[in-house]
Amino acid sequence: MMMCKEATRLMSLRQDRPLTFQERVSLRLHLSMCGACRECDRQFTLLHEAGRRFGPEHDAEQDDDGH
Amino acid sequence: MNEKEDRLQRLTAVRPRLVSFALMHLRDRSQAEDAVQEAMMSAIEKNESFAGRSGYETWVFGILKYKILDAMRVQKRHRRWQPLEDEDDDDAIDRQFQQNGRWQESARPSSWGEPEAAFETENFWQVFDACMIALPDNAARVFSLRELMGLSTDDICRELDIKENNCWVILHRARLRLRACIEKGWLKEETA
Repeated sequence: MMMCKEATRLMSLRQDRPLTFQERVSLRLHLSMCGACRECDRQFTLLHEAGRRFGPEHDAEQDDDGH
Repeated sequence: MNEKEDRLQRLTAVRPRLVSFALMHLRDRSQAEDAVQEAMMSAIEKNESFAGRSGYETWVFGILKYKILDAMRVQKRHRRWQPLEDEDDDDAIDRQFQQNGRWQESARPSSWGEPEAAFETENFWQVFDACMIALPDNAARVFSLRELMGLSTDDICRELDIKENNCWVILHRARLRLRACIEKGWLKEETA
């Protein structure tokens, strides 16, 4: 049975590469039972998006509104 | 206003963001400012080679990326970074989990609300900034290359000469640290 710490490893990994079938299944199973990990998963995704916006993409969006 | 002046003004306006972007990667203010200076100079010199208008800042960021990568290579050669293999921050991560691998009660993630709402809060970005600065150097470098610059872990490994597995371990720790730091700094203040 996978524990939260290991689940966060897979959540992090999937921001960087596609998970294998096995990994996807065990992560999904864990997330279905663990609310804290579901939040963590959302936070990792938010961090990913925040990183993207920190750089140029954020700017491009601002420009669309601003000009 | 002619086009050249307009672009100069936009360069000046975007400069602070360029500097904090470079700072996240280089971890050294004067080196970050140098990289930005070089990028701005080369943007001015190559002004003609920029075609569109709306993507000007994006274009400048693109130039900056190469300057940052150059500077990182020099850093790595001269400064002797801590070996990327052994980040000694296991402690900080382990504090978030119990022995059995479950979350510590004090570290259990709570909801940050809608991402869009967070991104619109000035305070979120201040905390994000502070938490990035608080990361160990290597974690911050790898995280920045991955999430700010958008490089693949494959590219990062080649750039930093580490194994991809190391890269994933470093990113996992960096994300756990960041999430804990942001949750403490941002959420607590929002609800206070």
